[in-house]
Amino acid sequence: MEKMKIKIDNRVVEVEEGTTILEAARKIDIDIPTLCYMNLGDMGIEHKPGGCRICVVEVEGRRNLAPSCATDCHDGMEVKTHSIRVLNARRTVMELMLSDHPFECLTCAKSGNCDLQSMAIKFGIREVPYEGEKSTYKPDTSPSILRDMDKCIMCRRCEKMCNEVQTVGVLSGINRGFESVVAPAFERNLDHSECTYCGQCVAVCPTAALTEVDHTNQVLRALADPTKTVVVQTAPAVRAALGEEFGMEPGTLVTGKMVAALKQLEFDYVFDTDFAADLTIMEEGAEILGRLGKFLSGDKSVKLPVLTSCCPGWVNFFEYHFSDMLDIPSTARSPQQMFGAIAKTYFAEKIKKDRKDMVVVSIMPCVAKKYECTREEFATDNNPDVDFSISTRELANLIKRANIDFNKLPDEEFDGPMGESTGASVIFGTTGGVIEAATRSAYEMHTGKKLEKVDFDQLRGMEGIREATVDFDGFPLKIGIAHGLGNARKLLEDIRAGKSEFHAIEIMACPGGCIGGGGQPLHHGNSAILKARQKAIYQEDAGKPIRKSHENPSIIKLYEDFLGEPMSEKAHHLLHTRYFGRARQIVIETDVKEE
Amino acid sequence: MSAIKIKLRENDLKQLKEVCESFNNDPGELINVLHKAQGIFGYLPAEVQEVVAQELKVPVAKVYGVVTFYSFFTMVPRGKYPISVCTGTACYVRGAEKVLDEFKRILKVPVGETTSDGKFSIAGLRCVGACGLAPVVLVGDKTYGRVAPDGVKEILKEYEDK
Repeated sequence: MEKMKIKIDNRVVEVEEGTTILEAARKIDIDIPTLCYMNLGDMGIEHKPGGCRICVVEVEGRRNLAPSCATDCHDGMEVKTHSIRVLNARRTVMELMLSDHPFECLTCAKSGNCDLQSMAIKFGIREVPYEGEKSTYKPDTSPSILRDMDKCIMCRRCEKMCNEVQTVGVLSGINRGFESVVAPAFERNLDHSECTYCGQCVAVCPTAALTEVDHTNQVLRALADPTKTVVVQTAPAVRAALGEEFGMEPGTLVTGKMVAALKQLEFDYVFDTDFAADLTIMEEGAEILGRLGKFLSGDKSVKLPVLTSCCPGWVNFFEYHFSDMLDIPSTARSPQQMFGAIAKTYFAEKIKKDRKDMVVVSIMPCVAKKYECTREEFATDNNPDVDFSISTRELANLIKRANIDFNKLPDEEFDGPMGESTGASVIFGTTGGVIEAATRSAYEMHTGKKLEKVDFDQLRGMEGIREATVDFDGFPLKIGIAHGLGNARKLLEDIRAGKSEFHAIEIMACPGGCIGGGGQPLHHGNSAILKARQKAIYQEDAGKPIRKSHENPSIIKLYEDFLGEPMSEKAHHLLHTRYFGRARQIVIETDVKEE
Repeated sequence: MSAIKIKLRENDLKQLKEVCESFNNDPGELINVLHKAQGIFGYLPAEVQEVVAQELKVPVAKVYGVVTFYSFFTMVPRGKYPISVCTGTACYVRGAEKVLDEFKRILKVPVGETTSDGKFSIAGLRCVGACGLAPVVLVGDKTYGRVAPDGVKEILKEYEDK
């Protein structure tokens, strides 16, 4: 690679060929403001459409200003990043953008967390001198995601995530000029598209054009209702990110404070989704071993690999795009839904309540979970197993609204019995975690031996697709891992083509797994945050006295008192599900006569 | 959401699949495929876009994005005699706007729509490369040059009995 020298603001920097001006400037800590640009380096996701023109700089000898995110350096280049000409141009660009943006900042869902707002503050914008037509677009609401395209600045980050990273292909730029907007095909609403509700569009939207559907008011209403017993469950990845909403360093674990806050919010029982994650391992582990055993004994009716099924975005994805392979994923419900089913049966019996008088709330790093709890198969007599699912961000909002000083809260413990969990369940929050948890238990169940070392380092990491072979006492168990739906698609296509040699595959829809979920505190394009959260998850696991799901005493008791054994009839009824093929179908219209 | 069902007549589906196949179902040929498809059907209804998307293995949102980006593509059926008035710079300065207005006034439909009898549709168009003849009007494949507003009636008359 050829080296070249360029001068930025009179400072010399040596870069390799193909480096952009923006990258060169960041190398020597010169800050060039960006808006549409996004770089999630660790995930291999880079978006530089050069569309917003906020990052323009002056290049000696060039007539017009250059967008630094999309302009390569050349040897001897001289760049000015904050000349008067540059500053004026950036200000004009901002003013024009704001002239077509609703001024609802005080009541906007993204206020205080909006990249456009931050930029307006940075530029010291005090008035918008331009007045003209404003683009208006119909609002679109779905079970998980709200679209308010009046607030869209056409950065097209969502399009990048939806098409290139997730390969879902629901969002596309349509129309042209002032009319252009990002929308699903035929401008139908999201709930009439193949949207998986993974929420990665929401996670990268710089404004409030894409947000989660807010369920905080429903939760508050339930809490205020004296006739309801309100039970809350918290997903593993929430505790590794919630602190960020209160100014803590990324990667700060706030499990105890989170429990304390939920108790102050007056939830009747503060439980842990981790408990249900342990339960998932019992069921999924038994299923993997069962299918594997049959396969190895030559039973041709059994298909491998077994795919994990904890992630609702992923479930939606395969129902839409791989409906010919519905018999491959595990039938185990997600931990959220296992929790709901057990809370409204086993636990309801214990506290002598009718399910109708109970409200189950889940705190999830996810927006697809909102959709998941509305699925008909997860309700009994129209009463859903999980009533409301709120995101990590929404929980932070509830805590702030209640004026709870989160940072000063003491650490408190989850309630029993559905608050007891193991280290295996905590790592559900990161890519590689579910399969590692399953491996810990499956190994011991299969071999009858005790694991010397419960850490399976070969399953950990951030690469989009990983594979590892685990020695099951002489049998090499081949494991695949994918996070991000685009990576999942690759593994799925291999299976379809009969080229896959895996016995089990873990798939999570979001890059990084749940730590990078669509409901997490916004990372604003900083992928180091996801790594810090991942580290925190493994730290929580390492600190747990019990680290294998099948050793969770509350889980053992649940099977003794209620379920019998994994895959029992009762377990099947409450903890397993089925999938629906939802691929687009082209049908021949026969009622129209040919001319 | 349950599965979306796309209804098409058997013959239309067959023709469309043949078009896609003639371009080797190559996603890079999306625009050419759409061009051909519009030639067959006269317009590109949602069903046609769905089939093209499926055959070329591109998201239907992307296909819709392309169809709505290029003014050449239309999702509403065009008339038997599609009228295009060039509003490129040369035609515009020589009064194309007034010619366009006259078509709209007489046919009582706005730009982009089709008369209720399905006979005429009106579209604006940017430069047909015959600036010497400005303002230019196309009706189907036939070109009319130096059209003045009061010549519009005469042009339409030609198609009266057809």
